[in-house]
Amino acid sequence: MKPLFTTAGLAAAALLATEVARAAAPEVKIDGSSTVYPVTEAVAEEFQKFKKGAVRVTVGISGTGGGFKKFCRGETDVSNASRPILAQEMEACKQAGIEYIELPVAFDALAVVVNPQNNWAEVMTVEELKKIWEPAAQGKITKWNQVRPEWPDAKLSLYGAGADSGTFDYFTEAIVGKAKSSRGDYTASEDDNILVQGVSGDKFALGFFGFAYVHENPGKVKTVKIVNPKTGKAVEPSMDNVINGSYQPLSRPLFIYVNRKAADRPEVAEFIEYYLVNVSKLAREVGYTPLPDAAYKAAWARFQERKTGTVFGGVPEVGIQIMELLERELRS
Amino acid sequence: MASLSPPVTVTRAAAGIDELRLNVARRRRWDIVFAAVGLLATSVGVITLLALFVDLLLDGYHRLTPEFFLSYPSRRADQAGILSAWVGTCLVMLVTAAVGVPLSVCAGVYLEEYAPRNWVTALIEINVSNLAAVPSIVYGLLALGLFVYALNFGQSILSAGLTLALMIMPIIVVATREAIRAIPHTIREAAYAVGATRWQVTRDHVLPYAIPGIATGVIIGLARAIGETAPLVTIGALTFIAYLPDPPFTSTPPFVSFDWLWSGFTVLPIQMFNWVSRPGTAFHANAAAAGIVIVVLTLVMNGFAIWLRYRLRQRITW
Repeated sequence: MKPLFTTAGLAAAALLATEVARAAAPEVKIDGSSTVYPVTEAVAEEFQKFKKGAVRVTVGISGTGGGFKKFCRGETDVSNASRPILAQEMEACKQAGIEYIELPVAFDALAVVVNPQNNWAEVMTVEELKKIWEPAAQGKITKWNQVRPEWPDAKLSLYGAGADSGTFDYFTEAIVGKAKSSRGDYTASEDDNILVQGVSGDKFALGFFGFAYVHENPGKVKTVKIVNPKTGKAVEPSMDNVINGSYQPLSRPLFIYVNRKAADRPEVAEFIEYYLVNVSKLAREVGYTPLPDAAYKAAWARFQERKTGTVFGGVPEVGIQIMELLERELRS
Repeated sequence: MASLSPPVTVTRAAAGIDELRLNVARRRRWDIVFAAVGLLATSVGVITLLALFVDLLLDGYHRLTPEFFLSYPSRRADQAGILSAWVGTCLVMLVTAAVGVPLSVCAGVYLEEYAPRNWVTALIEINVSNLAAVPSIVYGLLALGLFVYALNFGQSILSAGLTLALMIMPIIVVATREAIRAIPHTIREAAYAVGATRWQVTRDHVLPYAIPGIATGVIIGLARAIGETAPLVTIGALTFIAYLPDPPFTSTPPFVSFDWLWSGFTVLPIQMFNWVSRPGTAFHANAAAAGIVIVVLTLVMNGFAIWLRYRLRQRITW
């Protein structure tokens, strides 16, 4: 019955170790959005190399909402977020006495894509996309010619992000006008690679997913130009168009939120500085669009002053342009 | 009359034999048909597994270098490795085995050898069988509330190991009971007859004979736990972790350290899932390579179970 003693010993030792354990190497705990993850992972990887392992950085993926839950319980130091903090999350943080510093770190763009053999849908408007994706379209809008009469009389097969992803939240918010409001009869997957495969194998497919996936799969899918509702011009999804703010409404800023108290810990402060200095290069490497340098400078100033709170007021917002964001950062 | 009868009987008998032969031949045909159906059913499983494994091998074998096992995750697919993931998997399995095995074996022995046959026992039995069918995510939610928050173990290797231990308990309990039930009653009766106590019978006769069956159950349970992702994601397994937990042995007294129990962790299936969902085929090759490691680990464990059972059974003579 050796295992029994092992168990008892293990349990006793575990209890003894409780107090001792927490004083190990300094740690920076990060969790949150899967969209922001590749960016933060790249920074964490480089930072650990730079510090030669003296600081431990861990990154989890529990979604923007799941990340904020942990963040507002004080379990994490930094939260990855693919959208600004919402009112109920602000409330949760407030009740737990947790203040946060909001820092924009990169831009993410969603692409609307079709099969490379599709020679009709070059440009689409937000209204047309809404007609396709709104809940009322379910079971009704099933053919291309129902969207625009000159398009073929062929079945419209739809591919999109699954309901748990920030991509889904953002797309529905930007196109339908209400987050999480979408038709349900389309092929949904949290895994964008499956969507790429679906669209590349179906001549009459239409789908949406992160711009990085278009980049990684050249020739498999074709992007659709989206008419910017403000200027009326059809804009192609590209890094340049995201940076100059013309690719709207399907590009969005990504954020990290830093716990105000954790920010006073030297390892966290150092990590954030490293983040803001290096993210521009690293974000590009993992397929995201960096902000202009001025934005990182503004964010760093904001962090140094330990300016807490959000510039968004807790409501979902679509079509934030980089310059506009920058102005708000400077004003606040 | 008498002279006429034999030929008639002969013809009748001959007709009877022919009919019999036909009948036997017909039944043999059915035998062959069923054997074919059975073979087909078996090969569906084997061929699917083989096809999957070959597919994984083709995609991922070129990534199976020593560096792959000795590197941390990275944004560069060709530099990324599974060091933190396989170490995490091993440590979590260690906790799972250390806690789950003794608990489940004791429970199985108690239910089979000690427990009185009444409604409480019946209730426990029904519960154990039902627990085996509970989706693993439910264990994750339970563990999140109990281990992570109520007991304040945090998002640690300890919480993960305990969660998986709970999850594989029913499997081992059922295996233990089956193994004990297969022991002939005469053995127990003989031991009781010479005045052995219940504990002596259990320790000296029941457990040694039941060990092959128990070991099989333990390893099948652990092999299932190795591939589990959902409950660990629920309790807060990490994805990027570029350090190893503190070593269990130290150079200063008392030479053993349990700090690693409190460390954050990731495991192989989570690392694999993360790579599958990344853009770019290079990451998919990594995912396939991690998949090969998981499949090989599981196969090796199951193979070991079969070998162990074979070796231990040989020693038993009754």
